[in-house]
Amino acid sequence: MSTAMDTESTYSGYSHYSGHSKKAHRQGRDRHKSPRSKDGSRSEKSVTIQTPPAEPLLGNDASRAEEGQDDNWGETTTAITGTSEHSISQEDIARISKDLEDSVGLDCKRYLGLTVAAVLGLLVFLTPIAFILLPQILWRDDLEPCGTVCEGLFISVAFKLLILLIGTWALFFRQPKADMPRVFVFRALLLVLIFLFVFSYWLFYGVRILDSKDTNYQGIVQYAVSLVDALLFIHYLAIVLLELRQLQPMFTVKVVRSTDGESRYYSLGHLSIQRAALVVLENYYKDFTVYNPALLTASKSRAAKHMAGLKVYNVDGPGNNASGQSRAMIAAAARRRDSSHNELYYEEADHERRVKKRRARLVVAVEEAFTHIKRLQAEEQQKAPGEMMDPREAAQAIFPSMARALQKYLRTTRQQQYHSMESILQHLSFCITNNMTPKAFLERYLNPGPTLQYDRDRWFSKQWTLVSEEAVTSGLQDGIVFVLKCLDFSLVVNVKKIPFIKLSEEFIDPKSHKFVLRLQSETSV
Amino acid sequence: SQCSAILSFSFQQRIEIHKLRQGDNLILGFSIGGGIDQDPTQNPFSEDKTDKGIYVTRVTEGGPAEVAGLQIGDKIMQVNGWDMTMVTHDQARKRLTKRNEEVVRLLVTRQSLQKAVQQSMMS
Repeated sequence: MSTAMDTESTYSGYSHYSGHSKKAHRQGRDRHKSPRSKDGSRSEKSVTIQTPPAEPLLGNDASRAEEGQDDNWGETTTAITGTSEHSISQEDIARISKDLEDSVGLDCKRYLGLTVAAVLGLLVFLTPIAFILLPQILWRDDLEPCGTVCEGLFISVAFKLLILLIGTWALFFRQPKADMPRVFVFRALLLVLIFLFVFSYWLFYGVRILDSKDTNYQGIVQYAVSLVDALLFIHYLAIVLLELRQLQPMFTVKVVRSTDGESRYYSLGHLSIQRAALVVLENYYKDFTVYNPALLTASKSRAAKHMAGLKVYNVDGPGNNASGQSRAMIAAAARRRDSSHNELYYEEADHERRVKKRRARLVVAVEEAFTHIKRLQAEEQQKAPGEMMDPREAAQAIFPSMARALQKYLRTTRQQQYHSMESILQHLSFCITNNMTPKAFLERYLNPGPTLQYDRDRWFSKQWTLVSEEAVTSGLQDGIVFVLKCLDFSLVVNVKKIPFIKLSEEFIDPKSHKFVLRLQSETSV
Repeated sequence: SQCSAILSFSFQQRIEIHKLRQGDNLILGFSIGGGIDQDPTQNPFSEDKTDKGIYVTRVTEGGPAEVAGLQIGDKIMQVNGWDMTMVTHDQARKRLTKRNEEVVRLLVTRQSLQKAVQQSMMS
C-alpha cells in the first residue's frame, strides 16, 4: 500500500515551478481563505467570515495534502511583531514574500536578547571579585592588614558566588521553547533591576573607595559580601516572579477548535496572555486529536444542497436589495420541508456500521498475522540460525496479510494520508520488538491520536498567530478571549476565573448516626 | 379544607360486623394496615400520604366483613366508639380482636364516597 501521489493537481494553472511548489501551495491555501485578508490592516474587533463559493472540495483536499513539502513551515514560530498593538497574520507576510528575511530578523531579535542577558550576567558575576581584587592591585601597601575576618569573608563570598552561579544556571540557562511576539515583561524588569543595582554599587565604589583610596580593607570586603547577598535576594525575587507566581491555578481556560468544535479545559495561574497562549499550544499538540481536513467536507456540501435550488426573482422592479434577497432565501430554505436531516441520520448510521465492520475485519486480520511470529529465546537462537529474522524482516513478512484490511479501514475513517507504508512497517517492527499485542499495535490506527503522534508534514499547524484585543503582555483576566490562528483553523480561548470557594466545616458526632425501621405491616383480623 | 372536613364527617358509613368463630378464634375476615408507628407513604389506599390512619388492605371473600359491606381501601375511624385515627398498628389490632366482643361497630370513610359528594357539591 502506498499513498498515491495525486499527480493531477488542480493548481497547475497557478504554479510557476514544477514539482513541489511552495508558492502554489501557498496560493492554493490563500484561495481557500476568506477575502478579508486582502486588506493590509486588520481590525481585531470584528471578524467577518465569508464562506467561499461551493466547490468540489473532496478532490482538492486530497491533492493538497500530498503536495506539501514545505521546508519553510518547519519550525514552530509565531509571527513577527509590528509596531502596532496587533499581530500581523502569516498570510500577509507570505503575500509580501519576505519569509527568509523575516526568519533571520526573528533570530536576530532572539539572539540580541540572549547576548544582552549573558553580558549583564557576566558583569554581575565578576563585580564582587573585582571589588575585592582592585584594592589589592592598586594600593596594596596602604591597606590595613586584615587577617582571619577577611579570610572568613573570602570563603563566604566564594561559596555564595558558587550558589548564585548554580542557581542562575538552573533558572535561566534553558533552551528557549518558543518565540514570543512581545518581550517577557518580568524578565526584562529583572534585567533592568539588576543593571541599576550593580550600576549604583559601582558608582558608590568608584566614588567612595577608588577615588579616596580607602584603607579599611575589611570594610571593602564586607561591601562586596553585601553585594553578593543582595544578588542572592534578587535571584530569589526572580524565582518568585518567574516561576512560583504562576503555579497556583487562578483561571480555567476553555480551548475550542474552530473547525470541529473539539474542546478542552486547562488550569492556569497568573500568566500574561502570550505565555498563556504558549501553554495552550503546548497542550494542544498532545491533547487534541489531529486536524483532519478530510472530515470537514461533509457539512459544507450538506448546507450547500439545502440552499441550492432556490432562486430569487425580483418581480417588483429593478431594485437590487441584496440583503433582502438573502433574507428571503434563508426564510424560504428554513420553511422548505426537505429531508436533509433524514439523510444525515442514515448516512451517519451507515458510516458507523461500515466502520465497525471494517474494524472487525482488521482486528481479526492483525490477530491472525501476529500468531505467525514467535520470539526466539536465547538457547533456541543457536539451534536454528537459518530462519532467524530481525524485527524489520519479521514485520515485512507478516505485513502483507494485514495490509489490505488496514488500508480499507484507514480509507473508511479518512486517515490514509497520515500513515505511509513505511511508517506502518516501522511501527509494526517496533511493536514486535517490544512484545506488544495486536491490540497495542492497532491502538495507533483505530482512533485518531494527538498531533504529536504524526509526521510533521501532516500537522497543518506549525506557525501560530495570536489575535487578541488586549495587549499580549497584560495578565489574564476573567472574560478575556483570544484566538490562536494557524492557516487552516483557529483555537478560540476563553478565560474564566476560578470561583472563590467558601468552605466551612461541620462536625458530625459518630454516635449520632441512628436509624429507625419504616414498616408497613398488614395484619389480618 | 373546612368544606372537606364537613364532608368527611358527614359521609361516613357505619358497618356492623358479626365475628365468625373458627376454632378458638373469632375472626372478622379482613386485614388492616397503617398506624402511627408505620410508614404512611407506603399506603396504597390513602389519598394523603401523611395519613397514618388504619386502612382496610384486604377483605376475605365471603367473610363477615364482606357480608357487612366493608370494602378494601376503607379507612377505619372508630371501632366500638374507640378512636382509630391516632393509634399504633398493634393497638388497632387489639381493639378489633377483643375476645369478649362478638360484634364490632366500625365507622369507616371511603374515598369514592367523598369524591362523589364533592363532585356533586361543586356542580
